[in-house]
Amino acid sequence: MTTRVPVEQKVLNENQRLAIDLRERYRQNNVFCLNLISSPGSGKTSLLERTLAAFPKDTRVAVLTGDIQTENDARRLSQYGFPTRQITTGGTCHLDAKMIDKHLVDFDLTSLDMLLVENVGNLVCPSSYDLGEHAKIVLLSVTEGEDKPLKYPSIFAKSELCVINKIDLLPYVPFDLEQARENAQRVHPGIRIIEVSCTTGEGINEWMTWLQERREQALAITA
Amino acid sequence: MHELSIASAILDRVAAEAERHPGAHFTKVGVRIGEISGIDPDALSFGFECLVKDSEFDPLVLEIEFCPRIQRCLACANEFPAPNSMTGCPKCGDAHTTCIAGEELDIAFIEVEEDVEHPEAGGVNR
Repeated sequence: MTTRVPVEQKVLNENQRLAIDLRERYRQNNVFCLNLISSPGSGKTSLLERTLAAFPKDTRVAVLTGDIQTENDARRLSQYGFPTRQITTGGTCHLDAKMIDKHLVDFDLTSLDMLLVENVGNLVCPSSYDLGEHAKIVLLSVTEGEDKPLKYPSIFAKSELCVINKIDLLPYVPFDLEQARENAQRVHPGIRIIEVSCTTGEGINEWMTWLQERREQALAITA
Repeated sequence: MHELSIASAILDRVAAEAERHPGAHFTKVGVRIGEISGIDPDALSFGFECLVKDSEFDPLVLEIEFCPRIQRCLACANEFPAPNSMTGCPKCGDAHTTCIAGEELDIAFIEVEEDVEHPEAGGVNR
């Protein structure tokens, strides 16, 4: 005779539990946390470089950057003088809350105002894992297809902001910017879209303004 | 892509249940997988089988309930199955819809075989 025991729980319940714990620690320490997600090569690290370069030197920001192998991104990002740690997943295609928790021991949260997390380059798996962030940001570059939001709806639906990068290349690629915007709106009505070029710096001011305003909004809610 | 991690998380949940009920014999675990959860049911089954084979839970069966994607129209609130993001509302034609089902990644139940002759060994009472 078999008995059915109801469980009714998220498969990633344990991750969710840790993410809630992380969110609470960010709240207690007034740390604003973002989770950057995109395909490999869309420009997450470049956007972070632009961001760190634009911050005043006394900005209390730290970076966690995820990759399957190498410390290359952490090397690139640490040049800007802010605390930076690499998370090498050793094969795992996404970051999870446990990895964040483990690497946070390197940082003193009380001395931070902002934590920028660069996820592993992948539009599928990172969308399933809450890292306790205030917002997910999805990047898309004009050298990819404008139908990316339709092909990978989950991550576009869960992201507050879509950054379209490499717009300096628009004259050279068959990317339909208007269609890309429409596709993003289709899977996430009302999603904020910012167009940037990390090469020329175009649009970076708008991104920095969003970052500042979103942080103030997050802190106003938690205050 | 991360089906093995998901299979492992499911098995962890069974292991937690086993710890609470020593001696219980688990036969089946039921999960709900949404169409756009990013999880491929076949790959999940394969990963699960591989993990179970080398575990104390062999031959635990994974039962997958596939949940199709359902969108709700933001204009007229009509709910309809949508195979992809290009599908507008079939009733009013509006393109803006929101996903209300299809993202499931849930453990629904675990089945336990009762040891009728030695109920104290395997029973799970709730």
